[in-house]
Amino acid sequence: MWINGSREGKNSTEAVLTFASNTFKHGVHPPENKDETNKLPIRQFPFAPVIILPMTQHIGKPAVPVVREGQEVARGQLVAKADGYMSVPMHAPVSGTVRKITNVPLIGGLVSTGIFIEPFPFSGQEVLEGEPISLHASPEKILQGIQDAGIVGLGGAAFPTHVKLKIPEGKNCEYLIINGIECEPYLTTDHRVMLEQSDDIFIGIRYLLKATSAKKVLIGIEANKQDAADLLSSKTPIDLPIQVKVVPVKYPQGAEKMLITALTGFEVPSGGLPIDVGAVVVNVATTAEIGRLLPHGRGIQERVVTITGPGIKKKGNNLIPIGTPLRYVLEQVGAVENISEVYMGGPMMGVSASNLDISITKGTSGIVVFGDDNLKKIDKIYPCIKCGACVDACPISLNPSRLGILAKNEAYDLMAEQYHLLDCFECGSCSYVCPSNIPLVQYFRLAKGIVRKRKAAKPTVHA
Amino acid sequence: MTIITALLALGGLTLLLALMLILANKKLYVYEDPRIDVVESMLPHANCGACGYPGCRPFAEALVKGDMSPAKCTVNSEDGRQAIAAYLGVDAGAEEKRVARLACAGGFNVAINRAKYAGISSCRGEALISGGGKGCSWGCLGHGDCEKVCDFDAITMNAFGIPVVDEAKCTACGDCVEVCPKDLFSIHPVSHRLWVACKSLEAGDAVLEDCEVGCTACGKCAMDAPNLISMVQNLPLIDYSKNHQTKTPIQRCPTGAIVWLESDGNVTKGPESKKIIRKGRLRVGES
Repeated sequence: MWINGSREGKNSTEAVLTFASNTFKHGVHPPENKDETNKLPIRQFPFAPVIILPMTQHIGKPAVPVVREGQEVARGQLVAKADGYMSVPMHAPVSGTVRKITNVPLIGGLVSTGIFIEPFPFSGQEVLEGEPISLHASPEKILQGIQDAGIVGLGGAAFPTHVKLKIPEGKNCEYLIINGIECEPYLTTDHRVMLEQSDDIFIGIRYLLKATSAKKVLIGIEANKQDAADLLSSKTPIDLPIQVKVVPVKYPQGAEKMLITALTGFEVPSGGLPIDVGAVVVNVATTAEIGRLLPHGRGIQERVVTITGPGIKKKGNNLIPIGTPLRYVLEQVGAVENISEVYMGGPMMGVSASNLDISITKGTSGIVVFGDDNLKKIDKIYPCIKCGACVDACPISLNPSRLGILAKNEAYDLMAEQYHLLDCFECGSCSYVCPSNIPLVQYFRLAKGIVRKRKAAKPTVHA
Repeated sequence: MTIITALLALGGLTLLLALMLILANKKLYVYEDPRIDVVESMLPHANCGACGYPGCRPFAEALVKGDMSPAKCTVNSEDGRQAIAAYLGVDAGAEEKRVARLACAGGFNVAINRAKYAGISSCRGEALISGGGKGCSWGCLGHGDCEKVCDFDAITMNAFGIPVVDEAKCTACGDCVEVCPKDLFSIHPVSHRLWVACKSLEAGDAVLEDCEVGCTACGKCAMDAPNLISMVQNLPLIDYSKNHQTKTPIQRCPTGAIVWLESDGNVTKGPESKKIIRKGRLRVGES
């Protein structure tokens, strides 16, 4: 317990580090596979011969390039400005020459404008800095600073952080939750960030506290990262109302709404946002990035990416410049000859890349590569036997079995109206446990897209 | 005696309720034009929505009101239209037949697949996983969602996994337009024979790496027919408000991306277009 920012007694901090009795209901336990990389320190990755910076790296409007072809840019220089509120700017990840500005493929399958930067030979790590944002600045100024630094949620969704931190009128932020769960198998990005950048995290928390005026800070960490939890709680500054909570290992605990339930016991209402229960959730890597960039007025140029999986020879946690082509990354770390699948993000919620010509973006938290021999191929999909394993797994208590049958019969409107399809956040637990190999989450993703498209299309009666 | 009381009570009640129903029927009567039912029975009952109304009944109401002409129902036969026109005493109206057209010709014999997709056999499903395995980001994925959704059997997948629209059967209902995740279908009047069968926004070799019949944005068609065609976003844009009944633009197309769609369903490419004789699957790096 914390009163006026001072500790009540030493015993209470020890009590804090016990297992939280509460976690969310349901969930699954996929093999973690984190042992191979969680002891490896973060390494700086070399600059690729060409850096391809797509303008769509975040949710919202694409950034607008402000450089022209042939222009020389310095590392950290603004190369694209934000287009409105739901957008973030881009900064050059390397000093070099802008070679061309043209269409580049994205992980989502679409194309977007991209800036090709050819680094100068022997390009260094010096960074062009902007106007620092001090800790005493007003909340609006801090939010503006976060947008100007180009910071988005580094956990994978790449949602602009300043939009998330803006507390709507009439709402109060009680809890600031720092998400250090990292429940995705294979990924150790957040784990290494917590171990190596703890000072940045606490500076970041100070900025976030100022911006949200939250009363409490909860750092949620899964029990498989006990060393990170010990380090953070031992380093906690005495004047901050921080509580480090260790929760049992379970997937998908890192999902925003599940984490709120696990740490505070509140359930975010259907269709609601975390602020409806007075919470704001920020990823731990995002927090560290805020703490590192804002005091120097810098923009985000690189991020930590876990490169792992059975198909990779040199596994590790790398600090990769944003815009590094995926093909170059795989060459550097030595991928196997017969690559079968490359996941951008973790194997549960990540996207399987269909094109190796995409680049590392702000939302890439990991690259997991499987060779042809490492994957068990699903040869047959069996009918649903109504075993209920998916119902037991669904963290938001939907009925995936029923939804799956409806999806097969294309009853998409019924799914949305009566079975809360749009609350599904596609964690994939249902597909993971299904003994009949039914691709449930794939059906739901498809159905959600169709329902959204139908909602967007206005009913038309024309002459 | 008890029976008579019961009979009287129930009989009286029946009469009272019947009276109420009769009064309600008279008082709350809504006049509906009897012709609506007749016209509806003369419509094809496809409920496809091609006319712009949600179904055949609302269209029949609009017909009787005089808001629409019978020809707006493209599913109906010519005789059926004339019959409705004669019944309502109006002109059948002239409506040019419209059909769905596909802006892609990249079957698996000419377009590469970068990655193999394993999952739900549906274009929409494949498109969700980083846009699908096809090399071209805009190209047809070939699972035939459009074939499945078509109520009139107007779409068939050809030997190379590209849907072919039967002009005679297509009613321009627009279901395929809605279902295609790559937005390759559009509804056009059947007289639009000059057609760009490509949607790739890339130019030059970037297109040819992925597809042998894609538009490389060389601009020859726009040079040959400068008033008719302009190059927009690396694609020829045909201005159909001008006279487009000419085969001039297709003559010099090097890949056969701009074509002439014959009324018998054949596709005529220009004489300079690359001949495609491959029947098998095109491998990565082969084109």
